Amino acid sequence: MTSESTTARVTLSHLDELWFQVTGTRCNLTCNHCFISCSPHNNSFGFLSRTEIQKSLEESRQLGVKGYYFTGGEPFLHPEMVEILEDTLKIGPATVLTNATVLKDEWLQRLQQAQSKSRYSLEFRVSIDGFDAETNDPIRGEGTFARAIRGVKKLVHTGFLPIITATRTWKDSEDSSMLSGFLSMLKQQGYSQPRIKLLPTLKLGAEQNRSGGYTDQQRVTGEMLQDYDRSQLVCEHSRIVTTRGVHVCPILIESPDALLSNDLATAAQKPYTLGHGACFTCYQYGAICSNISTGSGPSGASA
Amino acid sequence: MSVRLALFGGIYNNYLALEAALEAAKALGVDEYYCLGDIGAFGPFPNRSFPLLYENQVHCIQGNYDDSIGNQLDNCQCGYTDPRDNYFAQISYDYTLENTNADNQKFLQSLEKEHVLEIEEQRILLCHGSPRKTNEFLWESTTPLHFLDIFFHQREVDCIAGTHTGIKWHANTSLGQFVNVGVLGRPENDSTTNVWFTTLDISRDGIQHNFHPVVYDYDRLSREMQMEGLPDEFIETIQTGRWTTCLEVLPQKERQRLNH
Ligand code: SF4
Ligand code: SF4
Repeated sequence: MTSESTTARVTLSHLDELWFQVTGTRCNLTCNHCFISCSPHNNSFGFLSRTEIQKSLEESRQLGVKGYYFTGGEPFLHPEMVEILEDTLKIGPATVLTNATVLKDEWLQRLQQAQSKSRYSLEFRVSIDGFDAETNDPIRGEGTFARAIRGVKKLVHTGFLPIITATRTWKDSEDSSMLSGFLSMLKQQGYSQPRIKLLPTLKLGAEQNRSGGYTDQQRVTGEMLQDYDRSQLVCEHSRIVTTRGVHVCPILIESPDALLSNDLATAAQKPYTLGHGACFTCYQYGAICSNISTGSGPSGASA
Repeated sequence: MSVRLALFGGIYNNYLALEAALEAAKALGVDEYYCLGDIGAFGPFPNRSFPLLYENQVHCIQGNYDDSIGNQLDNCQCGYTDPRDNYFAQISYDYTLENTNADNQKFLQSLEKEHVLEIEEQRILLCHGSPRKTNEFLWESTTPLHFLDIFFHQREVDCIAGTHTGIKWHANTSLGQFVNVGVLGRPENDSTTNVWFTTLDISRDGIQHNFHPVVYDYDRLSREMQMEGLPDEFIETIQTGRWTTCLEVLPQKERQRLNH
């Protein structure tokens, strides 16, 4: 029996971040470290409609949400992604996590216009996992490095300053050499002030098969949370909407216990007990999914 | 009846800009002076700002830097996550901590984290970052108006003033007005060398804000920073009006606007 004092229960302090798993588990790529095993054929979560998202956006205003995050799968497989971001920018800042391989100039121009009309920022987070095809493509798939770089160039060309996110598939000690490799590669591609964020891997989904899962000891306990800054944990200030309802965080959408409610206000009220191995990664690395570059937190659904 | 307040943001040891701002505020007939915190950081000779604050009865709010120096913590609690930003932040922090005398440290420790004013039936909350967190960055492009309304509702105030980000802005929401007063410590990353402060004119009819540019002797400040062995990157910012550090916290729109 775990007593109340040793239960790692986390209550939401304020709903700062509202996430949308806008294209479910559908992605044009099949990366071998994807923690929700997205692929062109994984339909276990569906697409959210623009109307559903508009409803949540409206509801979120009452709750005082600070920022909106879009992930998948690959968000730009959604036929109305541009419109969804335009809707969002009318009420707050938006961040979209993309693999940048399907971006069209015309969409980006529209989005740049929407941003300049809005008081709010639109951030792109682009996942690239190595600074050349030799390191990136074995993880993300044949030809994906070249395609992603083309996407980054389009973004930079339309005036966006994408945050390049790389999942740390190397040793922590190699961080600084990987970082400088990324910097010089991006500068060479014409991105003069690149923003880069390194993320630890989450041993879930496809990544579990790649590197092995969590051991039973890798769990967060109540004691560990004493004197710990809980605001480091996404579940302390975020929730995510999928076609199944509202879940505690973007990482655990496949765990039945993480589905809190159908309704945002109720899901915001419900505390959550950290019972998963992934919670252990959050605990260790903190600040996950935030936009600040080169921090060291795990990614959300990494697109 | 109308009352005029001068609100100074982070001073970051820039006592020359503080001197110039006080003079400008006097010329504007300001009734009361406030500083919203972060008296130290970045610039030279940390003890030189304090006599100006004491003599002019500038009422100070405690910023994260003041909390750190006052309580001799290990770092400035600025909230950066980029390793390069943290590296530079630590240089100015160690310098400021070492060179702030015991009396001034005590003063910093004694400051309150927020202050609510009631003037002409208007309620104004002064804080450093946000009403809920001293080191929260509230940027214009990442702070929805409905988010600010939560504070106006909870705290029952008409106006909230803060600093911390280094770039001034103002917004009217459905329940109140928010003003980031800018900072005196360093320029705004807009390629000009001046810094900023804010005045509020408060009457029963409402609150009117104005931003004022402050021109000061930045060449002298640069020379003194050099003398004190502070990093060239900091001096470059003072000379060019462009940030060379702490860039990673800037959101897309602020960064894009300033062409970084
Ligand atoms: S995975 Fe992380 S964000 Fe999700 S519930 Fe566990 S600790 Fe919280
Ligand atoms: S990691 Fe991202 S790009 Fe790769 S399969 Fe998963 S969602 Fe798609």
